Amino acid sequence: MSTTHHTLRERLAALRGPGTAPRPLDARALAALAANPGCRRRALMDAAGVDKGAVAEALGAPARFGQSRFAFSRGHAFEARVKADGCAELLRLLGAEGARAQVPDLAAAGPEGRTARTRLALAEAPRGGWTLLDHPLLAVEVAGSTVFLEPDAVAVAPDGSWTVVEIKSFPILDGAADAMKVGAAARQAAVYVLALDAVEAGRARSAILLVCPKDFSNLPTAESVDVRKQLAVTRRQLARLTRIEEIAAALPEAVTFDPAAPRPELTAAVDAVPAAYAPECLSSCELAFHCRARAREADAVDALGRALRSDLGDLTTLASVRAASCSTAPTADPAVAALRRAAALRAEALAAATGGPA
Amino acid sequence: MTQGLDPAAPADPFDPGAEAAAATSAILASTLRGTARGVVVDSPPGAGKSTLVVRAARELAASGEQLMIVAQTNAQVDDLADRLATADPELPVGRLHGTDSPPDPVLDRHAQVAKSTSVADLRDRAVVIATAAKWAYVKDVEPWRHAIVDEAYQMRSDALLQVAGLFERALFVGDPGQLDPFSVVGAEQWAGLSWDPSASAVVTLLAHNPGLPQHRLPVSWRLPASAAPLVSRAFYPYTPFRSGTGHGDRRLAFGVPGDGSGPDRVLDEAAESGWGLLELPARHTPRTDPEAVRAVAAVVRRLLDRGGVTYSERGPQPAPLTADRIAVGTAHRDQAAAVRTALAAAGVPAGPGGVAVDTANRLQGREFDVTVVLHPLSGRPDATAFHLETGRLCVLTSRHRHACIVVCRAGVPELLDEHPSSEPVRLGVTVKFPDGWEANHAVLAHLAEHRVPWRP
Amino acid sequence: MSLMNVLARAEAVAAGRAVPAATVRHRRIAERPLVLVPLTTAGEAGAPLGAMVGTDRAEPTLLVVPQPLDRELRFAFFAGLAAAVLPVVDAYADEVETEPATKNREEVEVCADAPQIVVPNSAALDYVRLLGRSTRYLRTVEDPDAPHPVPVPVPLLGRWLTHYAERARTPGSSLLVAMTELLTRHWATGQSAMEDQHLGALLGWIDPPDGLDGGSAAARAQTGRGPDGLLLSPPAGPATDPVFDNRVLAPALERYDAARSAGATGPMRVAEADVRRLVASQLRPTWDDVWHGVDLLRALPEGAHVEERWKRDRWSFTGHRDRLRAGEPPQPRRDDAVTAAQKLAGRETAQARLYAQEALDDPLVMAARRLAGEAFTGTVLSVEMTWSEGRRPMPRPLLTLTTPDLPQADPATRAYRALPGAKSAQTAEVVSLTPAPGVPAQRGAGGAPAEGPSAAGGGPAAADVPPAAGPAPAAEPQSGPLWQVVVRLTGGMGTGKTPREGSVPEPGDRVTFTLFAHDQRGGPALPEAEATPWTHGGPPQARETAVPEAPDTATAEDFL
Repeated sequence: MSTTHHTLRERLAALRGPGTAPRPLDARALAALAANPGCRRRALMDAAGVDKGAVAEALGAPARFGQSRFAFSRGHAFEARVKADGCAELLRLLGAEGARAQVPDLAAAGPEGRTARTRLALAEAPRGGWTLLDHPLLAVEVAGSTVFLEPDAVAVAPDGSWTVVEIKSFPILDGAADAMKVGAAARQAAVYVLALDAVEAGRARSAILLVCPKDFSNLPTAESVDVRKQLAVTRRQLARLTRIEEIAAALPEAVTFDPAAPRPELTAAVDAVPAAYAPECLSSCELAFHCRARAREADAVDALGRALRSDLGDLTTLASVRAASCSTAPTADPAVAALRRAAALRAEALAAATGGPA
Repeated sequence: MTQGLDPAAPADPFDPGAEAAAATSAILASTLRGTARGVVVDSPPGAGKSTLVVRAARELAASGEQLMIVAQTNAQVDDLADRLATADPELPVGRLHGTDSPPDPVLDRHAQVAKSTSVADLRDRAVVIATAAKWAYVKDVEPWRHAIVDEAYQMRSDALLQVAGLFERALFVGDPGQLDPFSVVGAEQWAGLSWDPSASAVVTLLAHNPGLPQHRLPVSWRLPASAAPLVSRAFYPYTPFRSGTGHGDRRLAFGVPGDGSGPDRVLDEAAESGWGLLELPARHTPRTDPEAVRAVAAVVRRLLDRGGVTYSERGPQPAPLTADRIAVGTAHRDQAAAVRTALAAAGVPAGPGGVAVDTANRLQGREFDVTVVLHPLSGRPDATAFHLETGRLCVLTSRHRHACIVVCRAGVPELLDEHPSSEPVRLGVTVKFPDGWEANHAVLAHLAEHRVPWRP
Repeated sequence: MSLMNVLARAEAVAAGRAVPAATVRHRRIAERPLVLVPLTTAGEAGAPLGAMVGTDRAEPTLLVVPQPLDRELRFAFFAGLAAAVLPVVDAYADEVETEPATKNREEVEVCADAPQIVVPNSAALDYVRLLGRSTRYLRTVEDPDAPHPVPVPVPLLGRWLTHYAERARTPGSSLLVAMTELLTRHWATGQSAMEDQHLGALLGWIDPPDGLDGGSAAARAQTGRGPDGLLLSPPAGPATDPVFDNRVLAPALERYDAARSAGATGPMRVAEADVRRLVASQLRPTWDDVWHGVDLLRALPEGAHVEERWKRDRWSFTGHRDRLRAGEPPQPRRDDAVTAAQKLAGRETAQARLYAQEALDDPLVMAARRLAGEAFTGTVLSVEMTWSEGRRPMPRPLLTLTTPDLPQADPATRAYRALPGAKSAQTAEVVSLTPAPGVPAQRGAGGAPAEGPSAAGGGPAAADVPPAAGPAPAAEPQSGPLWQVVVRLTGGMGTGKTPREGSVPEPGDRVTFTLFAHDQRGGPALPEAEATPWTHGGPPQARETAVPEAPDTATAEDFL
């Protein structure tokens, strides 16, 4: 034991690298959390606010993510349309067509300032009328550090209840929308509801308003989405992030994820935290290509997909799968027996197809 | 141990018999004298659904109405026909069946039950009963005034569409907590439509007729006082129910003391508390985990060897716990087959007259004194929607009158925590509660208090 | 994922290239398929960027929208697509065969063949559905009140694309197919199912270029970029690579917009040609990939039941042709209750049919069914003739077989056997299933039998070691225990007291029984839409059925 009485916050700052500002827990980080809550590598790096994209780049395995300018400008134009004229469209979608709403100025210095301003605006919203908070800033405590979140809008209804508003640019076509995208929006909104609960428990509604373009137009339409399920899951997942301390404690003191560190050092640092790679990571985590390469090097079954593991029991490498399939010694392991049987049947079928007895 | 689990405070003068009777008379009033075209009854496990159906059928028949009954499987139809005929030997019952599925010979003992493949032969019967699949072939007949649709939550919306033209009014009875109907092909394109053909019949019915009277049976006569609070809280959070019996009313005891082995210790725990978790060391295994399968067989073997007896409100004398009063529940058919083989090797009779070993799907609607469950997530490296389905766990943990013993590998809470939560969300689809993920956590948290770790 | 597939993928990793997942081709590949590769504009639901389409791989038709947000240009794209697709459709509409009358219907005609559309991946297939949806309600120039009319064929294109996309939801259909789905059905790669969605990577595994193994070829297709930073193998769409959008396409669109707003015809043409060239550069590799896939699939022999399923596709094509000719309105936005139930029932039947037919056509699929306990192949040990009771005793021979397969069958489970030359399968029922005598057999795929009543606390390791399993003397590929199954044949033996010649196997014969039926009967008829019961909202409003659906509300501005 050395002279380590620094706090978790300090430890995470050290992992991030000196002078590096923490990245907020943004929508992508939340998506990665949802897609792979069991990955310690992702958990630690997200909790420390590490820029995983920069780390992946420095490791030579850059992510494929990137947003098209077209999508970006479409998103902005649509949100501007929803919020134009004192949020007239938004009020219509909230069921208050023709009503007027207060739209307080939330500008303030720094995230702490903006959070405080948001709290104040929530507290001061008058009963009996509508108040719309445009891009408020909320804070949640995650794993001993404060994480800031910025919903598109929060509506305070005349009855004093708060509704999270998510504005997305994918369409609602004939009343239906891309279910994966709605799911992502619901999980994102659930985190905002949790953050609002931290301001005052019970005020935020568990049904959020999802605003999207209607059919093939740029006209907004909205659907209410019940996020109780996502709330329950996210609450539990965020609570589990407190185990970050254990993960960090298992690392050598000098480890840092500073993208400026030399590549061998950075590689060793990343590899020092166990990952739980699955192909789904490719669409949600910046580090996925690095982890995939590692999983393939390790000949891990996981690299071929989570679903593959279910019948394999203890067999975790592809070599062991192949070995089991051509083994002959008596076995009590049903996975081995089934693989053998599979291999025999497969060989028999392929032989039949290539000119064997039909 | 009623820390907020019971919907009412322990001190309240809850009289299960009176509560259940009040619910039943309200249901019968709605059915016999109401004006609504449909009446919906939610029935938790063992709340007397069959009794209600028989009673409603008899009263409707007594009022001079002709009645059709729709059930979902041939076994359910035969069972209902048998109960009806037994309860009222004068009642003329018609059993409509398919050419390929002759009725159970057990019906032969009732002279009043006419059997035919053609509805024309049965039109004079006060009650005609068949599966939904058979009713779907009945065309161009004068509609019945009344129908009873049994297991309505397990019926698909498209099956109801096929038969609803046959009746004017109907009583829909079912258990919302059991396994949902499903389709082997994608039906996403209709998600959110009120008539989504793959949805449950009751969901469609209520979407189109939101004002229909909805009742529920508030008392489970099957589940003991040790089980009802957990099952109610984990699976029926918005429609709580109570046990019809108190904590002292049911008792499981053994003539032979335990030998200190894992199976014996978990049996003692289950006899004491109604629940037992036999926890094997964490390990990833294929579905037919030989150790877990043998552990299940060992538990059943010891249940029989130790001379189990049950005491219940049914009489002062203890009843011997015989093989036919025990069930083993699994998630998959190959697991059930493996358990049967292991039981056979242990000299325990399985199958008709012996221990019932089956999947959750096939144990739906059945009742036993003691159940032994191979946990659907035991040994799995990953959870899937199938293994997490709320209804599956609900069926497995709500078949018993005395005790339920779960055999499981350690590590399932961690598995649940690491389960990806990237499910799609479809607009306009009412979220089904509770979520399987949450229900699994709730059940495991409870089982953890009755845990017997064992390294075989 | 089935264990068979896991094993195949593990083998593919070791082999460095994909391995067969089928021994025959389970889908129709038309002689002249219409290949369609669409691209869309990021972030815009209804704004195509371009497409490559045609039946001649050497000469695709290139359609490009130089400014995807512009309504006029978008409509011009739809018109161009209609001009490329509809003549192909029309070419099949009039060549018909006559189906003789049956008990239930009169003589009818069915199109002798139908056009097949092949797209790169399932996202492109969904995009075809979206294109159909976005065009089928558009008002045409024939409508004097239409504010933004489109050429007459556009809504017709929409209706055909809608029909094709809807038919594609029927299991086993081949009218509209996604190349990635076709290829993954027939090959197993050394990567995950998710990565298989990338057409370039998938082809890299199946047919790697010289000097590369499957893994490297797939990696190059997924992430390889040229010196210009663009992907060597652009995504197969319909989404484009964001780097392409930001670095190359956006500046080109800006040049086009600038020239257009300046009214400079010359520079505008130059800018438009630039956009065309850029979009073509993203489309062409995918176009070639799709045809590459077509070649690979053609090399496989067609499965025996593919023709039968294709005939159902021809029926579907003919049915839609007739609806158009009868002047019926376009498909509604959402199905009514009866239509939805009808479609679901039809698809469930098709799924069951496909499930059986693929197994009957392909020993590799049957192998997977055997592994799953849904079929068993064995050698007949003995045949005992018995007869049914009753006035006219019918043959009910009892066959005893040994098999290495463990069918998931309780006694009285029905079983089916394909009889050569017979129209339908021979029916049977499982009588008993026991370990074959003399060979140690354990259920639960190899689990040792428990040691008896006191096994509970028994020796931990000892119980795991079964008695030495000697190789069984049998013609079967021996990899485990043998089972003895007794089945009673119940049909397919003719109507006499003596079974028809060849309908009962003899000792020594190798036979395969399935626990799934080989043919599918359709279910009972659904009520007419007008007879929709009260439980499902009653009959649809007359308005919904008689009058075609209103066009979509459009963006007021000319730009999206």
